[in-house]
Amino acid sequence: MNALVLLFGAAGAYGTALMFGTLGEILTEKSGNMNLGVEGIMYMGGIFGLIAPNLYEQAVGEGNANPFVAILLAIVAAFAVGALAGALFSFITVTLRANQNVTGLAMATFGTGVAKFAGELRRLQIGGYVTLSNDLKFAFDNKFMPDFLKNIPIVGRIIFNQSEFFYMGIILAIAMHLFLTKTKTGLYLRAVGESPVTADAAGINITKYKYIATMVGGGITAIGGMVYTMTTAGCVWIEASLSGTGWLAVALVIFCTWRPLNAIWSSILFGALMIMYLRIIVPFFPTELYKILPYVVTIIVLVITSMRNIKDKQPPASLGVNYFREER
Amino acid sequence: MTNESKTPLIRLAKRDAMDPKKVWAIRIGSIVVALILGMIPILMAGKNPFQSYGIMISGALSKPGYIRQTVKKAIPLLGCALAIAPCFKMKFWNIGAEGQITMGAIFASFISINLASHIQSRFIVLVLMMLAGALGGALWAFIPGFFKAKYNTNETLFTLMMNYIAIGIVRWLQGGPWEGRPGTQIIPMFPDNARLPNVFGVYCGWIIVLVLVVLVHIYMNYTKHGYEVAVIGDSLNTARYAGMNVGWVMMRTMLLSGAISGVVGWMLVSGANGTLNSDVAGGVGFTSITVAWLSQLNSFAMIIIASILAIIDKGSATLQTKLSVPASVAEIVSGILLFCMLGCEFFINYKLIFRGKKDKEVQA
Repeated sequence: MNALVLLFGAAGAYGTALMFGTLGEILTEKSGNMNLGVEGIMYMGGIFGLIAPNLYEQAVGEGNANPFVAILLAIVAAFAVGALAGALFSFITVTLRANQNVTGLAMATFGTGVAKFAGELRRLQIGGYVTLSNDLKFAFDNKFMPDFLKNIPIVGRIIFNQSEFFYMGIILAIAMHLFLTKTKTGLYLRAVGESPVTADAAGINITKYKYIATMVGGGITAIGGMVYTMTTAGCVWIEASLSGTGWLAVALVIFCTWRPLNAIWSSILFGALMIMYLRIIVPFFPTELYKILPYVVTIIVLVITSMRNIKDKQPPASLGVNYFREER
Repeated sequence: MTNESKTPLIRLAKRDAMDPKKVWAIRIGSIVVALILGMIPILMAGKNPFQSYGIMISGALSKPGYIRQTVKKAIPLLGCALAIAPCFKMKFWNIGAEGQITMGAIFASFISINLASHIQSRFIVLVLMMLAGALGGALWAFIPGFFKAKYNTNETLFTLMMNYIAIGIVRWLQGGPWEGRPGTQIIPMFPDNARLPNVFGVYCGWIIVLVLVVLVHIYMNYTKHGYEVAVIGDSLNTARYAGMNVGWVMMRTMLLSGAISGVVGWMLVSGANGTLNSDVAGGVGFTSITVAWLSQLNSFAMIIIASILAIIDKGSATLQTKLSVPASVAEIVSGILLFCMLGCEFFINYKLIFRGKKDKEVQA
């Protein structure tokens, strides 16, 4: 029992990165755009979210940096680069009407390339690891909840012993849920994803909705990459360590059946699966085979969700299909 | 007057058909644009882009030894692009070539490790390894193909997850059952009779892939199978209406695609590397998607595109050592190439009509 609590407590950190990645992609896919470039976008968020506070700290001098400003800069930088990637994706698929799958794959290659390039360039510039001072590192992974909450049995370690990003993610998930189900704009967005023909006839600007949803979604996804670098990776850029996270987020979107609230628990669950081999040792079972567990589980989930084929758990009806008014 | 101000500045019209020469001119133009855009990261690194491209080309082609290394990089790219072409033609997004290569490599290595010492003939060992490789790759591709056909399971993610599993299995074999000296995490080099011979200094895989180019071209363009794949890719409903067994065609195409990837895996362990390690595919499965799409799934165009990407890949390594421009510039350039190629199709399929242009035409 204790091992499980420790596992899920630690899973929150990795799960938070997944949560942002998944939430961003849910928003994108609600508009009918399937951006498979999540891997690349999270990579870019991961490096630019680190470079921004790194530059800031260099500018004001170590020790003078305000942690709040640093965190804000990281979020803004990651969001901006993700939104740019979303805009590029929309330009190619919506305006130039190219195939979404291949564009997404291109984005994955391009994004990881840009991130590795930027990381390596910055490393050469400062002649060492791209990282932050210990004060800022602490600020980014600040488990700020009071001790009496952390000491609550079970719940305390899992829910209250987390960094600020964990709570931001949960608030974002709830906000996105309310936006999609309770507001008019959210309804319009869902209409665009479900049936663009109907939405167009109702006078909704399809292009605008797709662009904005994909850009905001890309921005949120990129914040996920930033959260990974700043918490799990300890504010150090190690280019290989983020690999695979973005793809897992794409799979999680299906697992969540496109519902933001499901993203909260499912990302923590998958966070737990990713680090389980470190926490729960199974005797005589090779570690390398243990590490593939999350991918096996993902496949099982994919197969089961497709076999059950439940009506209200389907993707947005026009997902991945470009809309041409002329071809109605 | 009021009417004219309401016409949008730019309107679109679908083109009927374009002169094939003009189509390829646009495509080549977009590659040139991509190479120009690729200069941006080099400029940001503070280096001269023209000098950098020069270094890349000379680093890939200026000496026979360099050319051999470039060809060595191009072989798996070309082979794997041929493997995924039928899947992509069918709009089956198989991004699991990486895993299919790895699985083929595992199966081929199994033969080398367990049987090679019992069989004298190099030819028989190599043929057995090739068949085993094809079987491994086909099996790994069939699983997602089967679930896609039966339950419409998302193939993009399924094939992708299969990659991680295949690579995990190699990691386990490397540190476990197949480990050479304990603690090394390395599988010993294969015996000579399990290694592909060299022809003109490069392992003979290049002959095999060139044969495959012709075979895949014939399969895609002149057989009933190829026709079925094309119809399914264009319209699933048409295929069903015509009485095609769509599920079976998908499974069959995936079996074939996986088998070719598996053969590539065999060539990598038996020719390029001489042993198996977890990095055997090394991103080839992903880069070959770029190759396949840039060449518009045309087998012969793939030879050129695979060579270009191999030059960029080899050249960027030289660029890193000579000018310390990070080698990941290769990924950026191949991403930009794909974006430009995807974007340029728009100008092939549609024409832009600017406001007021028509009036001038009438006046003239």
